[in-house]
Amino acid sequence: MTDPNVYGCMAQFDSAETLRGAALQLRHAGYTRLEAYSPFAVEGLAEALGPTRSRLPLLVLLGGLVGGVGTLALQYYSAVIDYPIDVGGRPAASWPAFIPAALEMTILCAVLAGVVGMLLGNGLPRLYHPVFNVPRFAQASRDGFFLVIRADDPHYDSDHARQALIDLAPLSVDEVPA
Amino acid sequence: MTDALNRAPLLAPGQSLAGVTDHVSDIVLTRPTGRLWLAAFALSLALIGLLATGIVWLLMRGVGIWGLNMPVAWAFAIANYVWWIAIGMAGTFISAALYLTRQDWRSPLTRYAETMTVFAVSVSGIFPILHLGRPWFFYWLAPYPDRMNVWPQWRSSLLWDFFAIVAYLIVSVLYWYVSMIPDLATLRDRAATRGRQVFYGLLALGWRGEARHWKRFETLSLLLAALAVPLVFSVHSMVALDFSEGLLPGWHSSIFPPFFVAGALFSGFAMAMVLGLPLRHWFKLGDFITPRHIDNLAKMMLAAGLFVDYSYLMEIFTAFYGMDRYDVAMTMQRFSGAYAWVFWTTIVCNVVAIQALWSRRVRASHAALFGISVLVLIGMWFERFMLIVSSLYHDFLPSSWGMFYPTFWDLAFLAGSIGLFFLLFLLFVRVLPIVSMSDMRKLVHRLQGPRP
Repeated sequence: MTDPNVYGCMAQFDSAETLRGAALQLRHAGYTRLEAYSPFAVEGLAEALGPTRSRLPLLVLLGGLVGGVGTLALQYYSAVIDYPIDVGGRPAASWPAFIPAALEMTILCAVLAGVVGMLLGNGLPRLYHPVFNVPRFAQASRDGFFLVIRADDPHYDSDHARQALIDLAPLSVDEVPA
Repeated sequence: MTDALNRAPLLAPGQSLAGVTDHVSDIVLTRPTGRLWLAAFALSLALIGLLATGIVWLLMRGVGIWGLNMPVAWAFAIANYVWWIAIGMAGTFISAALYLTRQDWRSPLTRYAETMTVFAVSVSGIFPILHLGRPWFFYWLAPYPDRMNVWPQWRSSLLWDFFAIVAYLIVSVLYWYVSMIPDLATLRDRAATRGRQVFYGLLALGWRGEARHWKRFETLSLLLAALAVPLVFSVHSMVALDFSEGLLPGWHSSIFPPFFVAGALFSGFAMAMVLGLPLRHWFKLGDFITPRHIDNLAKMMLAAGLFVDYSYLMEIFTAFYGMDRYDVAMTMQRFSGAYAWVFWTTIVCNVVAIQALWSRRVRASHAALFGISVLVLIGMWFERFMLIVSSLYHDFLPSSWGMFYPTFWDLAFLAGSIGLFFLLFLLFVRVLPIVSMSDMRKLVHRLQGPRP
């Protein structure tokens, strides 16, 4: 392993396209632990870093099902099993009248599942992160495009990684302290 | 019809990623507090003082401080509630429906429209709770295991309404906040003082803009938009069901849910205009919110307004076509009864005034648009008041007819709620980014095309 005090090596690029191109080249060179940072969602950038798969849609579907079926079950339990009230012989399980609350809870639980899933999937909240140690990284939320080769990459070697980044003609190269 | 305006740029020329970011974040970070802002803030605070006094008085004396009585037991509070929650609808619609239909032009409008939603829904929630009579028991509407061994009445439209408001409030807050996380990170990175860095840093949750994070973020935005659109329509349908589930003439009608949704979008677009035009002017957002955006908003307002007008016509038509004597009587009472002036005010504001929007010259005049939008807001408030009171004061039996007269406190609650909404909005423009910077950067990137 390499120096434990180093998180990786960071390069800044001038546009979304050069960043994506650089990520693809490093991937072809065999690097697998890459991170790319951009001030807006760049199409195809995540795919350039490696295979992606999103479980978020499934999670949202499950959240919605739990909310909807759960509310229907609660309504059935309370109105039929726990406290049935006979109103002129009408059925205790009034399914059409149960739908509105179930619909709202379906959407609410789906949204909650989605938001929690996005945050957990992204490892947020995480207020401290080594990349923030690089002063110019503040531009990543303005107009800066950054690529990081992480030190835990099996290919990582501090000199080679720096040279590989310099070969991509970046604006600057910095070492990211851990 | 594809005139020069439709081909006009979505963004003034010469914008850069850094430029849009700096312009929007400087409004929050470096712009000094203006005198006009302070004056508006003081006025809003005064109105909130009125509202707070009213609430205390209401808790002490009960809903009798309003002009409510039998037979008119719903009036201002419910009209205010429907009016405010309706204003919120357009915010979600602008942001979610235009996102799903890939309308590029929505980018600069989404943030303040979503904010309008969050605040309008929050303000609206006050009224049904205070109207309960014993507001401190409002949580009895929620199903929870209690020692009284009772459950809420699942078959009641009031309960559906409770679920709809709760779901809508939580979803609109989350939708608003999640879409703001990258912008909060920008403010964190650009803030000069330690206090602000910590404040925005905590709110940004450590967002770094990593590519995989963006991908999940985009997936979530799409899913949230797809969930928010049906939610908007369902919530206002639930509001309408509060009325159409009742048996009163004028309420018991299946046209209500779509009619209410159209009315909601109509008044919401009007509020989006009333807020957007001054924001554009004061914060010099003309480069982002171009005349084309204003023109599009005006067209959407006209379209929603025409749907509302069609609903007015169909209400009258079905009353006479159905020949139900109570429906006919109620309709005639609207035209010429004690509250005829309310009906005709509604017609002037919501039917006559908006016809000016057909003219391109009117749509290009921002003063005219502002005036028409204010008229629409007034008209939509009177429409809700008319729908509620004209059915209640003349129902089936002449022996149970009776008038409603507002008291000072009725007016105080309406004015106070407007003050609360504007106070929240004034704080928003000082503390949070009024335009979505990450969306704008994406737009700049797309419009400029890939760089070599």
